[in-house]
Amino acid sequence: MSDPEATASSGQAEQQPRLGFFTDTSVCIGCKACEVACKEWNHVPEDGLLLTGMSYDNSVGLGADTWRHVAFIEQRRPARTVLAENGPAGTGDGGEFRWLMSSDVCKHCTHAACLDVCPTGALFRTEFGTVVVQEDVCNGCGYCIPACPYGVIDQRKDDGRAWKCTMCYDRLGAGLEPACAKACPTESIQFGPLDELRERAAGRLADLHEAGVSDARLYGADPGDGVGGDGAFFLLLDEPEVYGLPPDPVVTTRDLPSIWRHAAAAAAMLAAGAAAAFAASGRRR
Amino acid sequence: MVPPAQFDSYYGKPVIKAPVWKSPQIPGYLFLGGLAGASSLIGAGAQVTGRPALARAAKAGAFGAGCVSVAALVHDLGRPARFLNMLRVFKVTSPLSVGSWLLSAYVPAAGAAAFSATTGRMPRIGAAATAGAALLGPGVAAYTAALISDTAVPAWHEGYPELPFVFAGSAATAAGGLGLLAAPADQSDPARYLAIFGIAAELAASSRLKRRIGMVAEPYRSGRGGAYLRAGQVLSVAGAAGSMLARRSRLAGAVSGATLLAASAATRWGIFHAGLDSAADPRYTIVPQRERLRERQREREHPQAQDRR
Repeated sequence: MSDPEATASSGQAEQQPRLGFFTDTSVCIGCKACEVACKEWNHVPEDGLLLTGMSYDNSVGLGADTWRHVAFIEQRRPARTVLAENGPAGTGDGGEFRWLMSSDVCKHCTHAACLDVCPTGALFRTEFGTVVVQEDVCNGCGYCIPACPYGVIDQRKDDGRAWKCTMCYDRLGAGLEPACAKACPTESIQFGPLDELRERAAGRLADLHEAGVSDARLYGADPGDGVGGDGAFFLLLDEPEVYGLPPDPVVTTRDLPSIWRHAAAAAAMLAAGAAAAFAASGRRR
Repeated sequence: MVPPAQFDSYYGKPVIKAPVWKSPQIPGYLFLGGLAGASSLIGAGAQVTGRPALARAAKAGAFGAGCVSVAALVHDLGRPARFLNMLRVFKVTSPLSVGSWLLSAYVPAAGAAAFSATTGRMPRIGAAATAGAALLGPGVAAYTAALISDTAVPAWHEGYPELPFVFAGSAATAAGGLGLLAAPADQSDPARYLAIFGIAAELAASSRLKRRIGMVAEPYRSGRGGAYLRAGQVLSVAGAAGSMLARRSRLAGAVSGATLLAASAATRWGIFHAGLDSAADPRYTIVPQRERLRERQREREHPQAQDRR
């Protein structure tokens, strides 16, 4: 349902299948090849070379200059929830150690708040159903930044404009897969028509549950969620917030009709208040 | 006392990005937009009811505030030279787009009204412009609340039903304050009444907001946002009390007017900073969303319990 909706709103005459990412974090090895390939292909500038102490994560999160971000979470959990081949056997009473890794990216939402609130039309829906910023139009108003429920898009400081993942729009146009997916050595990042990816993800989830990995769950795969489903969705092994993802994201513009109604009522109240103030004062004699 | 909610996060990092909007530009833009919009109402009312000095002050103030408000917005852009891209499209889904179009109609109207009122020339165009500015003014004062509410910033988005009323009230407070400050005592009655109306609306809406949105209201009570908002309330009450003396003393009128202007500015600064604080702490994003999911879970598991309620 949502897929034709996303590609139809691109305004293209010919319908393409909606393209997306399925990031299966259960096979991510944290190599960061996706981060590097993304930076190289898209000429994303260097944005600091600090060591954060957050496990192996030194890029901290998505931003104007980080369009793929690999999260690293070190956990000690009861043995039953641990994927058998994921880390060494338990050591002592704290349960078994596991190391979660996940490559985060722009979700290319079906209902994208960044796109909705952009006042210049710089953000647009492509023929592939993805969401892209036209950097020659963006005037750096910054409205998209707090509108995103995932904290993806951000302002490049020395440039003033907003930047984020384009799902390698130039590569898609040439029939290539995005640089991150191309570089991923374990097929943790899978690229393709979203319908196919959702089927594949459902199969993978069933396999993992059968293998006893009860923690496995899909994130962003449900077209009925608060953003109409993500064009880039995930298989996670813990709650979304553990990875820095919102547990129940909602596109802010879902409430916009009500927001406008309240603003109109407040404007009417102000006009009525002014009328009352003059009525109470009467004509000046 | 409810125990602090437990929640997981990624190294305590925020989930959403805080606005990159800067102070004083953006809280100033919110404050001046309100001052301008509500002043245009005073300008029109004063003209109709024969208060020329109040009309002149309100119209000049509306135009000046409108211009500085737009200038503040432009200055805050990452690419100010591309300001006109705001008028490249019209999108109802973007309150900033709607607001840009609104301002581009409003500021010239307010300018023509102010020109005519201060020079006495072109009275008919001045009257039409006065009416136009008064018609657009309430929208100019209120749309900024829609603008900040239409984000993922918890304290702003959760507050969307009340924030427009806080903003409209704060606008009335500011415009009333300007009228008291700039108009002679025998003409400033409507300004005083409008300010008192504004303070009442603002206080009622903000206390409802803080009661309704639960823990997400914390940034409105604590930190920089809370401090500004408390200052705004104190200044509002002081300004309202002082304005009672405005009929007898020109000085009291001017001082209370300035106090009311400061009150309105403090309120906007407070709301601005409360929003930034709520975005910077992952607690305000994660805890309400978790609660929402639990609620939905409960409804799925016990649908009959919902029916009985």
